Amino acid sequence: MIPATFDYAAPASLEEAFSLLEQHGDEAKILAGGHSLIPMMKLRFASPEFLIDINNIPGLAHIKEEDGYLKIGALAREADLEHSELIRSKYPIFMDATKLIADPQVRNMGTVGGNIAHGDAANDHPAVMMALRAEVVISSAEGQRTVPIDEFFYGFYMTAVQPNEILTEIRIPVPGAGTGNAYHKMERKVGDYATAGVAVQLTLDGDGVCTYAGIGLTNVNPVPLRAARSEEVLVGHKLDEERIELAGQYASEDCNPSTDLRGDEEYKRAMVKVLTKRMINKAIERAKS
Amino acid sequence: MKKQITISVNGEKHTLEVEPRELLVHVIREKLRLTGTHIGCDTTSCGACTVLLNGKSIKSCTVLAIQADGKEVSTVEGLATAEGLHPLQEGFKENHGLHCGFCTPGMLMRAVELLEHNDNPTEEEIRWGIAGNLCRCTGYNNIVKAIQYASAKMRGEETPSTEPEFV
Ligand SMILES: Cc1cc2nc3c(=O)[nH]c(=O)nc-3n(C[C@H](O)[C@H](O)[C@H](O)COP(=O)(O)OP(=O)(O)OC[C@H]3O[C@@H](n4cnc5c(N)ncnc54)[C@H](O)[C@@H]3O)c2cc1C
Ligand code: FES
Ligand code: FES
Repeated sequence: MIPATFDYAAPASLEEAFSLLEQHGDEAKILAGGHSLIPMMKLRFASPEFLIDINNIPGLAHIKEEDGYLKIGALAREADLEHSELIRSKYPIFMDATKLIADPQVRNMGTVGGNIAHGDAANDHPAVMMALRAEVVISSAEGQRTVPIDEFFYGFYMTAVQPNEILTEIRIPVPGAGTGNAYHKMERKVGDYATAGVAVQLTLDGDGVCTYAGIGLTNVNPVPLRAARSEEVLVGHKLDEERIELAGQYASEDCNPSTDLRGDEEYKRAMVKVLTKRMINKAIERAKS
Repeated sequence: MKKQITISVNGEKHTLEVEPRELLVHVIREKLRLTGTHIGCDTTSCGACTVLLNGKSIKSCTVLAIQADGKEVSTVEGLATAEGLHPLQEGFKENHGLHCGFCTPGMLMRAVELLEHNDNPTEEEIRWGIAGNLCRCTGYNNIVKAIQYASAKMRGEETPSTEPEFV
């Protein structure tokens, strides 16, 4: 399988990339890791006329804490997350997630920015970013804007990123003391997309009262979904078994999974419930340690 | 539409004309005639096409040749030296890490990077490490042993005695 014919440029600066975007409009596509885009082009599900390879643009691959945020550059690879000391020591949810994203070779190429910009509810980072209440920095020739993750996903393969724009950074508020987070997805085999996946971040105060809850769901809704009712039932309370059960119940009711090869709707709802409860418990455990 | 690219393959520089849509694996196999790199699935699943791009293992069926412009590619043909087989190749040979051999070049190239990050991987780390490489013959046990053999040898330790399993 070989993609349809296209033209290609690898600009060395964002300015050059913006002017190429201007020139080619929506005939152009950004090429980051290429591990969603190239498979689609090989299958001819996508046939852009122009690829703008952003890999030669410096300054987009950072993973660092600054001004109260964890900042992840659009070109940071999954493998960079895995090998980052900062991520390993402070953000276990990314270690949970990256291990389950495809395989080591794909993770050497796939970028965090591309994982989100692809706009696919089957990808794993969107749910994680929802749990962490990330903000997405989107740049264009006109300047920069910041979009909260809840306003980022418009529909299947559609995001807030417009044809003249490039996603440049993801910002995650540095979690305060007493925070724990966790992610797990059920997969049929290594490299498969999630049957269902749940990301949870919780903050507990000194008395064990939940002051923050973020819960994101993978691949059980047309767009990545925040389990809002589940969050509400946790915040402001001590997290006993009953509340955790309710949070799981609400998540399973509020998602909209479709029956497919990975399982029927009922099964997926049941798995969302189980995973939500497990991830809450794991996040609590990590918050306390 | 053709563009000129320069890639260094196993230390040798090549300047080539490619169409942007040409995949790296096709250039390696058909233009450079290095047919040790295999195409199994053509869908980023099997790992038979694994090569190193600037030292990182990637699936060359899902990378454009033009993305490798100015970079270094290492394929299985570059593993052995005048002194003999690479410790990984020796490990696969000694431990029956292959049957038909179709997956082997990809397994070897993946294992090269795996051992670079972790010179003494556990069995579990090896299994996660080769999760992107499928083998339809061996049942993996002997591949794990082959990689353990190579890691011992590369650390300068005595290589484990070889008792291959047949499953
Ligand atoms: C075999 C296989 C298994 C996989 N399994 C999983 C999995 O389990 N979980 C998972 O989450 N993912 C999985 N993936 C997808 C993989 O993680 C992709 O790498 C990721 O979805 C896209 O990132 P990329 O950098 O490769 O983006 P690309 O493929 O380069 O781009 C994807 C889309 O986003 C756009 N884009 C990319 N970057 C930007 C940017 N900075 N600004 C604006 N637009 C941009 C592109 O134009 C394109 O439309 C798998 C992929 C493969 C091949
Ligand atoms: S041929 Fe590339 S992964 Fe199978
Ligand atoms: S030895 Fe035959 S596929 Fe692995």
